[in-house]
Amino acid sequence: MDLKVNDYTTDDGLTVITVEGEIDVYTAPKLREKLIDLVNKGKFHLLVDMEKVEFLDSTGLGVLVGGLKRVRAHDGSLELVCTQERILKIFRITGLTKVFGIHTSIAEAEEKRKDAK
Amino acid sequence: MAIVELAFSALPVHVRTARLIVTAVARRSGVEEALLDEVRLAVGEACSRAVEAHRRNCPDEPVHLELKGEGGRFEVTVTDAVPGEDIAGPGSRTGDRAEGSSGDLTAVGTPEDLAFALANGTVDLGLAVIEGLADDVEISASPKGVQIRMSWPATEAAAAT
Repeated sequence: MDLKVNDYTTDDGLTVITVEGEIDVYTAPKLREKLIDLVNKGKFHLLVDMEKVEFLDSTGLGVLVGGLKRVRAHDGSLELVCTQERILKIFRITGLTKVFGIHTSIAEAEEKRKDAK
Repeated sequence: MAIVELAFSALPVHVRTARLIVTAVARRSGVEEALLDEVRLAVGEACSRAVEAHRRNCPDEPVHLELKGEGGRFEVTVTDAVPGEDIAGPGSRTGDRAEGSSGDLTAVGTPEDLAFALANGTVDLGLAVIEGLADDVEISASPKGVQIRMSWPATEAAAAT
């Protein structure tokens, strides 16, 4: 299945990136390009919705880490929405749960963002 | 003993095909459904590593997989043809891989540090995933290339039929 990547920006300035399909060595470049494109457009607060991601490997993790590095350079943020155990397991194995904020829903992420302001 | 062998061109798109085949053979070999995701991911990581290594060094050489069901285990061996490919950091190519060669991920502080470590190869997320998922892993380097052998429990009855 090909990777589908779409985005929208909320009134609050949070850019939500919805990802659907398999993120692997073949498809990860598409997500990387999207993240780079958004940063180049001045979108520095990103939320990647991974609820429809069917597969994620280390190439995908590397792309997310690279995206986080890019937005941090602009005092931005890159957080995730994920409740799928098989995807969360990969973040736990690699210790990346300490690096990314991981939320159970877009609404929860938005709520926490408002609380932090 | 049931053996399936597979060779594929070092193209990222074929890693998905390899994952599908390995998952099907693992299921057929009696690997529990709950473990199939782990098999798929770990083998995908090993294949991605091999593909990347081939693309840098010998793009025309195929990547080899051997899938074996015997003795209550399902074993997968991914073999590349890149003797110079570093799997454990600078200077650690020959012999068995040293313990913890995926890099100490917990020691990497900021995303900037982690991104740098990923870029220079001191941290290998792929190996970390393989080590975290495979029931048994053995990584060895020889003058012919690198072999990653992984195995999981399987029911012998299914493997024999």
